[in-house]
Amino acid sequence: MHSFVYRANAVLTFAVTVLALMCAIASFSDNLNSPSPSADVQVLNINWFQKSTQGNDEVSMTLNISANLQSLFTWNTKQVFVFLAAEYETPQNSLNQVSLWDGIIPSKEHAKFGIHTTNKYRFTDQGSNLRGKQYNLTLHWHVMPKTGKMFADKIVMTGFRLPEEYR
Amino acid sequence: MGWVGDAVDSVKSLQIRQVISQVVSLGMIVTSALIIWKGLMCITGSESPVVVVLSGSMEPGFKRGDILFLHMSKDPIRAGEIVVFNVDGREIPIVHRVIKVHERQDTGEVDVLTKGDNNFGDDRLLYAQGQLWLQRHHIMGRAVGFLPYVGWVTIIMTEKPIIKYLLIGALGLLVITSKE
Repeated sequence: MHSFVYRANAVLTFAVTVLALMCAIASFSDNLNSPSPSADVQVLNINWFQKSTQGNDEVSMTLNISANLQSLFTWNTKQVFVFLAAEYETPQNSLNQVSLWDGIIPSKEHAKFGIHTTNKYRFTDQGSNLRGKQYNLTLHWHVMPKTGKMFADKIVMTGFRLPEEYR
Repeated sequence: MGWVGDAVDSVKSLQIRQVISQVVSLGMIVTSALIIWKGLMCITGSESPVVVVLSGSMEPGFKRGDILFLHMSKDPIRAGEIVVFNVDGREIPIVHRVIKVHERQDTGEVDVLTKGDNNFGDDRLLYAQGQLWLQRHHIMGRAVGFLPYVGWVTIIMTEKPIIKYLLIGALGLLVITSKE
């Protein structure tokens, strides 16, 4: 009962239990944070708007994305993954979400940003429904913790519309 | 050398009843672990409620050796979610983020494209030949929480199986030679 092995086992079990409890409390402390993020997106230019050889519409645009996500960071935050998705409806699909740009914010200092970029990923439709299409640009973010539960939320910006004709 | 002699003596002097009670208690430990695992599968609704991150394709968020807790609900799959999926014909699950979603009006079926955060291109190269999209039945669960470093135990045991056999052998020896 007092051999080395039993004592080592007891110490190890206790250490693991305490560690697990600390991780749970750290994750719970994230709930106490009430974030107030803000974001703004402008479509500066539609660079081109074509129908690809497979018959799917494709758009290339230049965007100006600015946001302040500093209030999302807590001491338990490892990084915030942020991405901008174009969301729209077509006769065939009730929802289409296409990610146009994403980035990783490693710390609070980088969380207030503004970038000027063309879309990182191709804005492609299933079919050719994009002419004159009204769409939303939604900024989504995922808070990835150092340990525990991950949170996600978004800001929806409405009122964008694609050109009526290909160019 | 005296220790080896003692160990051999204790093995010889075991009585049947003691052996059986040892085996039963070992069986109880293994069975309760199995009950916890299957219970977790029921609660989270996912085939494997816990996975170990094996590659660096989601760095710096998830590093090799982290473990992810999965949950699968009937909620529709949306962009940004981190999902675990199996490609037809491959048994190792992949943990990546959804970047495109196309959901059908009539059936609610969904076409999904994924990409690892640290990869340059999307996952079409990883899908089966000619497959452009994932469907709901490919997806085993959504990642909802994570613990760092804990998965290294599993990685070491899988990549160097000799350590697994050593551990089980040592455990078995411990059980047999203990006097209680």
